[in-house]
Amino acid sequence: MVVSTTESDQADALFHALADPTRRDILAVVLRDAHSVSDLARHYPISFAAVHKHVGALERAGLVTKTRHGREQHVRGDLATLRSAHRLLDDLETLWRERIARIEQVLTDPTETAPE
Amino acid sequence: MTVTSVVKDADARTMTITARFDAPIGRVWQVWSDPRQLERWWGPPTHPATVTEHDLAPGGTVAYTMTGPEGDRHRGWWRVRAVEAPHTLEFEDGFADPDGNPSPDTPTGVVRVALSELTGGGTQMVITTAWASVEAMEQILAMGTEAGMTAAVSQIDALVSRRLVRSDD
Repeated sequence: MVVSTTESDQADALFHALADPTRRDILAVVLRDAHSVSDLARHYPISFAAVHKHVGALERAGLVTKTRHGREQHVRGDLATLRSAHRLLDDLETLWRERIARIEQVLTDPTETAPE
Repeated sequence: MTVTSVVKDADARTMTITARFDAPIGRVWQVWSDPRQLERWWGPPTHPATVTEHDLAPGGTVAYTMTGPEGDRHRGWWRVRAVEAPHTLEFEDGFADPDGNPSPDTPTGVVRVALSELTGGGTQMVITTAWASVEAMEQILAMGTEAGMTAAVSQIDALVSRRLVRSDD
């Protein structure tokens, strides 16, 4: 298995995108329905530019796609993409691999087998 | 190597991870059944978990709080669906508000644990996690890993490279 920098960069972008509560909220909204950036901007007490930036971060993480409708760009959560799901499953794998490594530590800790 | 196989199904939104431990089944069961042992591995090292409630019976609740380096607290719970010591455990896994009440707007995942004795000693543990939807998965991962987010981002390269090394075992 060859792990490229691109793969860890993608994971990084995903974590970065999901680390912000506004971005998580935007994602939740556009997963339900496509919205224009100006539509989204009306939802939040932040500037159009700030919303635009958040959408950019989500887009880089592959979580949303933008399509042009006349003068406006519509943002849609990338629900159909299996790539995204695969990546989430990769994150989940990492989470459980780490847990299993810690279970192994607990099991091999000599102080644990002694009665407390 | 502890982890012997990982099977991911993006369509079914499930992941099955199988691990083998050089310990008897009763001993491996304890890492789930003993809250003091559970809290040593459930949360990431930067966000250790404290288990505040631990009723491993059908319908029972396991509640925990993870505390981060900034003193930030993240609460979560399990709702036990089935338990048969020392072989199987199935629970819903979700997040809670700061008062510990399950957040109604956060989705839950289902975790199934199956332990079996290996011929020649040792124990196999099969963990299956499942979600109802991709949105649910995204949300639960976003929130579930939020606690360990900082650590996860900085350690991601290390994790990926360690996985590389281990895959040669």
